[in-house]
Amino acid sequence: MANKFFISPSPHVHGDDSTRGIMADVILALVPALVVSTWVLGFNVLLITAVSVVSCVLFEYLIQKYMLRGRTTVGDLSAVVTGVLLAFNLPASIPWWIVVIGAFVAIGIGKMTFGGLGKNPFNPALTGRIFLLIAYPVQMTSFAVVPAHGSVDAFSGATMLTQIKESGMGIMDNVDFMQMLGGVMNGSMGEIGALALILGGIYLLWRKVITWHIPVAVLGTMAVFAAFAGMGHGSLVYELPLFHLLAGGALLGAIFMATDYSTSPMTHRGMLIYGVGIGALTMIIRLWGSYPEGMSFAIFIMNATVPLINKYCRPVRFGVKTKK
Amino acid sequence: MKTFPIGGIHPSDNKQWSRAKAIEVLDLPDVVTIPLAQHIGAPAAVKVAKGDKVLTGQLIGESSGFMSANIHSPISGTVTAVDMAVNGQGLRQMMVTIKREGDEWVDTIDRTDTLLRECTLGPKEIIAKIKEAGVVGMGGATFPTHVKLSIPDGCKADILIINGVECEPYLTSDYRTMLERGEQMLVGVEILMKAVGVERAVVGVENNKPDAIAHLRELVAKGGYKGIEIMPLKVRYPQGGEKQLIAAVTGRQVPPPPALPIHVGAVVCNASTTVAVYEAVQKNKPLIERVVTITGKQIKDTHNFLTRMGTPVETLIERAGGLPEGDVKVLNGGPMMGRAMVNLASPVTKGCSGVTVISGDEATRGEASACIKCAKCVAACPMGLEPYLISKISRKKLWDAAEQHNVTDCIECGCCSFSCPANIPLLDYIRLGKQTVMGIIRARAAKK
Amino acid sequence: MKVLILTVLTLCVLGGLLAIVLYFVAQKFKVEEDPRIDDVEKMLPGANCGGCGFAGCRAMAEALVKQDDISSLYCPVGGADVMKSAAAYLGKAAPEKAPEVATVRCGGNCDKRPRTNSFDGAKSCAVASSLYVGETACAYGCLGYGDCVEVCQFGAISVNPATGLAEVDPDKCTACGACVKACPKGLIELRKKWPKNRAVYVACRSKDKGAVVMKACKAGCIGCGKCEKVCAFGAITIENNLAFIDSQKCKLCRKCVNECPTGAIKLIGMEPLPKESKTPAAKAPAAETTAAKTPAAESKPKTNE
Repeated sequence: MANKFFISPSPHVHGDDSTRGIMADVILALVPALVVSTWVLGFNVLLITAVSVVSCVLFEYLIQKYMLRGRTTVGDLSAVVTGVLLAFNLPASIPWWIVVIGAFVAIGIGKMTFGGLGKNPFNPALTGRIFLLIAYPVQMTSFAVVPAHGSVDAFSGATMLTQIKESGMGIMDNVDFMQMLGGVMNGSMGEIGALALILGGIYLLWRKVITWHIPVAVLGTMAVFAAFAGMGHGSLVYELPLFHLLAGGALLGAIFMATDYSTSPMTHRGMLIYGVGIGALTMIIRLWGSYPEGMSFAIFIMNATVPLINKYCRPVRFGVKTKK
Repeated sequence: MKTFPIGGIHPSDNKQWSRAKAIEVLDLPDVVTIPLAQHIGAPAAVKVAKGDKVLTGQLIGESSGFMSANIHSPISGTVTAVDMAVNGQGLRQMMVTIKREGDEWVDTIDRTDTLLRECTLGPKEIIAKIKEAGVVGMGGATFPTHVKLSIPDGCKADILIINGVECEPYLTSDYRTMLERGEQMLVGVEILMKAVGVERAVVGVENNKPDAIAHLRELVAKGGYKGIEIMPLKVRYPQGGEKQLIAAVTGRQVPPPPALPIHVGAVVCNASTTVAVYEAVQKNKPLIERVVTITGKQIKDTHNFLTRMGTPVETLIERAGGLPEGDVKVLNGGPMMGRAMVNLASPVTKGCSGVTVISGDEATRGEASACIKCAKCVAACPMGLEPYLISKISRKKLWDAAEQHNVTDCIECGCCSFSCPANIPLLDYIRLGKQTVMGIIRARAAKK
Repeated sequence: MKVLILTVLTLCVLGGLLAIVLYFVAQKFKVEEDPRIDDVEKMLPGANCGGCGFAGCRAMAEALVKQDDISSLYCPVGGADVMKSAAAYLGKAAPEKAPEVATVRCGGNCDKRPRTNSFDGAKSCAVASSLYVGETACAYGCLGYGDCVEVCQFGAISVNPATGLAEVDPDKCTACGACVKACPKGLIELRKKWPKNRAVYVACRSKDKGAVVMKACKAGCIGCGKCEKVCAFGAITIENNLAFIDSQKCKLCRKCVNECPTGAIKLIGMEPLPKESKTPAAKAPAAETTAAKTPAAESKPKTNE
């Protein structure tokens, strides 16, 4: 018979999901934000992103091939995702060589040191960003850019969160929420363009790449915190939550960074705890800390608690909850 | 619409290939091989010897313990061998080979089509008749039905659930049975209700079979069947799992092993088995034939065959137009829980609800890569386990840890492997862990 | 400057205080242990392979120190030398045990045992063996997915891609027995180790009847019993259609090798006995292949001494 017979234990069919497909979906979901960012901040955005992606992929390839001497798995696109996310966490004016250093830290130290994809305890892109934030604070926090689009007024050098930190709540009067939604504000490449990020988030939810638990928990907690902070300041009780959700890396962090698979909990209950932790820590840093932006550190700190959360937040075993 | 509480997946059901094919009687095979173990538990004790003449429906293997079942001859003829023969997995087991001479039935069997609605027997007599006929669960688990119906002391059933879910992709044998032999099934339900002493029965059918639901509802209304409800269920695999079905229908969750469905007052019986119960009790007909779906994307002529037990699987494949060229995987059962076969000459048995041929690229699994901790397996597990974790600890042979993580709860539905984007054969290792841990638990119990 | 001095002083005081605390804690929680355990542990190979039956070398050392009679304890990795030195140190009688070597008893290589299907599940012998017969028609043979390789801590066992069979490197093998436990087919046996790694063994575990074996594998034992008859030392027994050579009784006389019609009896490290007096044994190629290719038709060859 011309047949070749295959034998395996069940199941004999497989779903459509693949690591590569999931990573491709994440990249696709990041595209709208990239477009908005390029539109607002200029072509430098594309350049920085390209540098970041290429160096991430290259470092992963080189480390796997020559240091680990194993199979190279750059084809799974995970390094591309790390590259894009790292770029999104950088200001558009950053020199290219800093990006390369960031990529090396992200992939080399943040990911491959721990055994590569799925084994890293901390989000690689965040590892890169935090390293750069501490090593190159000036370059990492100067957002002076010439707007690419004529209709946009020139920005001052500070992000809104820095302004509110320095000048107090007074600046809230000048905030234009519509501009924030559209991406016309200062910040890292991927932080701006709230609408585009939300669009990406909806796409990921629809494709079932992520579940709602982490983003909702993060953003919900932040909103509650901000509302408390705004109490007694008139309309700020509504405006401050909205401001904090749109400003800084809140959306990018909640939708794309906190939901990174290997650094987030395995159960829905765990994800909620993790999300609440991130939201609370972000707001504590933003309101009382010395950094204007708290998202990266909050995610980083909560990444460290994931093994603990996984240990205590087990899924509910079938049959334990008996309804009579 | 109701469904089970946690986990589950939506594989493409692929029932379109064979769902429209009416049940067709397959020509009688010239030679049959009948395994003496076609059920969970002890193999039947052989009652015939080489050279004996047997009639269709004659007892050839007798139940040899509490958990065992009778085996009957599916054809009439001469026993040519009682020996080890190769089964579908290529392993040798005791089988009776019979060469067919005509088709002469045991004369107590009523072979007419008349529907016998009236059943005057008591529960004990019904169960005895079911035991006599060698009826076992025909959904694939092959649990002896009479054991399931014998309710242990201190337990009481309050609901009978008929499993018409057929959540396995591809298979349509239960579906065709419900459509074409619905009336017999409903009488079977009445008999089973009497046997376990319940007033209420629910037939669970997934709503991808709306015609079966409508047909059964019509029959219930027309025939005045009391206490029988046809319940549509939301399509979701593995709804046909016993525990999942009970949870879907009643909302009650069977506690972890060693608890049984009866501990939440439910008895579950497969739709085809219910028809077999009807035939056993009303027609004195033992379980010697069943509906087998032969299907696959590249199978030219898919069928739902009424097949005598012991018919070689290759006969069905030939009747369906043969195997497609190239890479194939021939499954005894459906693609989620069926067993891959190496020996196509092996016989159709009581638990064989279908023969699925997976071909081409689908015949091989994708290459496994690193776990990305996406938690899709955790979300998919209908038993609330952590497949990624127990798979890993089973692979590392950490049996104590596997037991602590409830590996024995696993129902081997395959949702975890199915949903894994990294193509990790999670269930392969989990099953190994489950088998080993069960062995350890049994050994521990034996020591005490 | 003041800050500097203050800092240094604070740290020194803190360090001193903690040192005192640690000292008392260490005193309080000190575990009295026989110092000899440490010494014996150092003598052991430190592989923690579990071949002795204990959880690790430390546990073995404890047992050696604590038990008066250590004749039942043996470290297969260290062998007689280690046991002797440990026993001498402890002043106890050293246990005697002949060296052993793990032997994979399957000769069904790719030529002899045709593949009938491809296994596509998790690459594990345990998984495959609990599922079905395997890639060939023999339910007893080596599956070749290397469960034994995985457990071997000494790199002594490997799956030869040319034959598809697990092979033991006798020089590296320590007879710890890990592979014996790991093989789901029970193919691996610890057999007496002869000088120069010589060995004679039945490379088959098939309990099937002869005809069934022949169909599945050309190198299988068909249980014909010829070897049993020819063995002068009663080392060979036939049970369940399968010959077994007791390595403790076997004297490596090699008569059985020539008798075997299928070449299931393997001869390692030695030339086979001349088949007939005319055939010079010296010219025979590698022992294994000759044994395997010897035609069965030449029955009852003269066994000239």
